Amino acid sequence: MALAAKQALTVERSGAETVLRFAGPLDVAATAQLWSRALREAAKLRGQKLTLDLAGVPLCDTAGATLLLEIERLQGAPVTMTGATEKVAAVLAQTKAATAQPTRAAPPPAQSWRSVLSDAIGVAAGGVAFLGEVVVAWVRLPSRLRLFRLSDLLRQADQAGVQAVPLVVLLGTLIGLILAFQSLIPMRQFGADIYVASLVAIGLVRELGPLLAAVVLAGRSGSAFAAEIGTMKVNQELDALDVMGLDPVTMLVLPRLLAGLVVAPMLTVVMNFSGLIGMSLVLVGDGIPLVAIGNQVAYWVVPKDVWTGLGKAALFGAVVAAIGCRAGLNTGVGPRAVGLSATAAVVGGIVAAIVLDGGFAVLFYQLGI
Amino acid sequence: MADPVIVGESLTQKFGTRTIFRDVSFTVAPGEIFVILGGSGCGKSTLLRQVIGLLPPTAGRVSVLGHDMYRDAEAVRERIGVMFQSGALLGSMTLLENVMLPLSMLTDLPEPACEKVARVKLALVGLADAAALMPAEISGGMAKRAAIARALALDPELLFLDEPSAGLDPITSAGLDKLILQLRHDLGSTFVVVTHELQSILAIADRCLMLDKAAQGVIAMGDPKVLRETSTQPVVRAFFRREAMDTAA
Repeated sequence: MALAAKQALTVERSGAETVLRFAGPLDVAATAQLWSRALREAAKLRGQKLTLDLAGVPLCDTAGATLLLEIERLQGAPVTMTGATEKVAAVLAQTKAATAQPTRAAPPPAQSWRSVLSDAIGVAAGGVAFLGEVVVAWVRLPSRLRLFRLSDLLRQADQAGVQAVPLVVLLGTLIGLILAFQSLIPMRQFGADIYVASLVAIGLVRELGPLLAAVVLAGRSGSAFAAEIGTMKVNQELDALDVMGLDPVTMLVLPRLLAGLVVAPMLTVVMNFSGLIGMSLVLVGDGIPLVAIGNQVAYWVVPKDVWTGLGKAALFGAVVAAIGCRAGLNTGVGPRAVGLSATAAVVGGIVAAIVLDGGFAVLFYQLGI
Repeated sequence: MADPVIVGESLTQKFGTRTIFRDVSFTVAPGEIFVILGGSGCGKSTLLRQVIGLLPPTAGRVSVLGHDMYRDAEAVRERIGVMFQSGALLGSMTLLENVMLPLSMLTDLPEPACEKVARVKLALVGLADAAALMPAEISGGMAKRAAIARALALDPELLFLDEPSAGLDPITSAGLDKLILQLRHDLGSTFVVVTHELQSILAIADRCLMLDKAAQGVIAMGDPKVLRETSTQPVVRAFFRREAMDTAA
């Protein structure tokens, strides 16, 4: 870093002409000290005859030259520069040439509601196109069975399902425990402690089990799908598949989609059982016998609740996997793009699961299910 | 004279309002090593992506082996091989599995036959001993050679190589040039190579097409050795003589 050099600027007026006299080296440190004052003086003298006396400047770097050119720009007319040494003149000429180069990059267009709307339509259209590609890949799967790698499906199911079990057990137990504790306090006031079992069980089996399994799937596997496929895109592996005539949707998306579809109901079952165990711990601690809890759950939770919950879970799993894969396929350029895709997969997956769950709640209510 | 295997007609590429190149036309003859060259950012790889059907041109058309790459690309896929700049080997597979991939997916060869053919291809590029290695375990030069082996898997009539020498030391780079010439000699394939490595261009190219960023298109086409000696274009002369250009001009 340059040391702060001693630099002086004097302003001399003689008639219609003004001379800005610089003394001392005009390097980056000196320029930093002079910048504001010199430009202020130049702005005051706009349109007048101005001379920059550089006879006292032994050296000048790019920052110093930029200051002199900025003074000239503010002046609005060519200024006379006198007394510059050969070296200073050379730096000035070089800086002037570099400054004069046209910059090709156009400023980014301002965001208008039209561009936002157009982007949103583009995203929605992209989603529909992806859905179409997936459907076509499913339909054409029988004729392209060799592209569908069973080993890949099993690997994805293992990673998304089996390896998620400990986390699901932990979350399920804690959720059951929390729900039971929170419900027990108000229910006890009415002497309805035993109904906590049915409340928590129905809530878990119908709503929370599938939803939380989808959230775990989005957080663990949706992001992993996006990152894995995104990295393949950045490394041109998807291009390589394309030019070999191997459909990336069949090879990469379908195994993950199927894995999500299969493991989500299984994770939901694990989540439900863990939640019931957590709830039982609280209720048994409250003095309710385990048999009574079991009877209560068996009486209130009907098969319809289980099947609708598992059906929703399967759909959530497929949607979360599809969103993760699409985020991966849409990965842009550069290392940041993979991170952005993983984030988009998690956020998109969770939002989609919650929105779908809301839709199902309304639908089931209307149908009386 | 035999019909050209690649015909590019008035190819133009724009991204938004930015023009990369315009009105690029060329032909490639069977058995030829055709090099697309130019400085960084002039659109060499973009032109290659157009030719192999990964990027629809803003204007113009390209036909490969008599098929339009945007209407009938499927008919050509198994007759071409592509080596990408990064190698683009699938990271979850060994080198052998990478080379076997197009064979097992696109042909009816039984698995043992696919493996044997893949081993032959790896041996052709000098990687017979590395079949069981993963892409992460090999050097940049080996990755490029493995990618060439995969591109060769289906004995393509046309091979596209994107920056085969980029990031390699001069000895490995010269080895790759030798490999390209040997493959052309042994297999009779046509090569389209994108590079800006002068030594490679002079070593392998029968003909070249030079793109220029400022001109936004082709500034020279022909035998690189002739262009080096006779071109009057300042950019072409500077490129072949490794001279700096006045960038402020």
